[in-house]
Amino acid sequence: MAENMSFERVTTEYYDVLKELGNIGAGNATTALAQMLQTKVDMKVPQVRLLDFKDVGVVMGGEEQLVAGIYLAVEGDITGSIMFILEQGAAKSLVSKLMGMPPSDGGFNEIEISAMKEIGNIITGAYLNSLAQMTNLKMIPSVPDLNIDMLNAILSVPAIEFGIIGDQILLIQTVFTDDVDLNGYFILMPDLESYSTMLRGLGLSI
Amino acid sequence: MANIVKVGMADLNVCKSPDGITTLGLGSCVGICIRDPVAKVGGLAHAMLPDSRQIDNNSNRAKFADTGIDDLVKKILAMGGRKTRLEAKIAGGAQMFAFQNRSDMVRVGERNVEASKKKLRELGIPLKAQDTGLNYGRTIIFYPETGDLIIRSAGKPEKKI
Repeated sequence: MAENMSFERVTTEYYDVLKELGNIGAGNATTALAQMLQTKVDMKVPQVRLLDFKDVGVVMGGEEQLVAGIYLAVEGDITGSIMFILEQGAAKSLVSKLMGMPPSDGGFNEIEISAMKEIGNIITGAYLNSLAQMTNLKMIPSVPDLNIDMLNAILSVPAIEFGIIGDQILLIQTVFTDDVDLNGYFILMPDLESYSTMLRGLGLSI
Repeated sequence: MANIVKVGMADLNVCKSPDGITTLGLGSCVGICIRDPVAKVGGLAHAMLPDSRQIDNNSNRAKFADTGIDDLVKKILAMGGRKTRLEAKIAGGAQMFAFQNRSDMVRVGERNVEASKKKLRELGIPLKAQDTGLNYGRTIIFYPETGDLIIRSAGKPEKKI
């Protein structure tokens, strides 16, 4: 199946699964965030979106918008990588809450970067744990890497991974609400060979 | 008044002087700009992957450096450009994260740049300038009239090559 893998073929079932993952993962991420920030965090119902490469940057708020991208590799029963993207202002607001100090001017300083990595760790970990529970598969995340840059530049990394199998990118959009709405995007990129393992783990016919 | 034509990810297009052509936020992708300085026509391809022959799903030719450059050249010739006069500049091909470790992703930015240069060599199109690699994104604007390639990055001064 790996050779013929395309989203057109798996879309409906895989889509539903990602929605479920979005719900459970974002739920866990919200709980984790609330514990970390010691405040109440709500979330809106996550949306799964399948977007053409040429549209994705616009739909997510502008190709040149500055965002924080957290990228990590996954090993274990499935291999691949995951990314979490948060608009820079939202990221700074989370970091300043976590550290209990006002955000610095301009870009991120070193302490803010390491705090943001920690937030990324917690959020991606929450999604990954949910997926591991849903599939009964073992997934071990690597240490996260963080870069703050233009949205499209960050997106180029998952887009290239999706580009190997198609011309669209699949993402889970979650809005966390603390005082303000924080728009977060979670992107799951299993390696080609891992799709079938994952879908089988989810009890889907392939 | 000059217009600026916008090119998306895995896409390509052409324009005529005095218009310019742009693509926003190149990361590991590579932007290939080609022009005919006499006819003052040119274009830009935003390629994501180096080699169409290594991928089964290769129907979108603009996605790859090799077929993208082929198609871009065809379009420029169709607009009145002449093959012997063409010249190129490239930008992008950054490594956005320290590890991009799956086999398809290893040094993909660098490989995109190499594949673009190889294709340009094959077609006999001289590479006039490049601004590639490192770890940050680039918005680029290309003017076929002058051949100027403007590069904008977050937190860095604007650059012209």
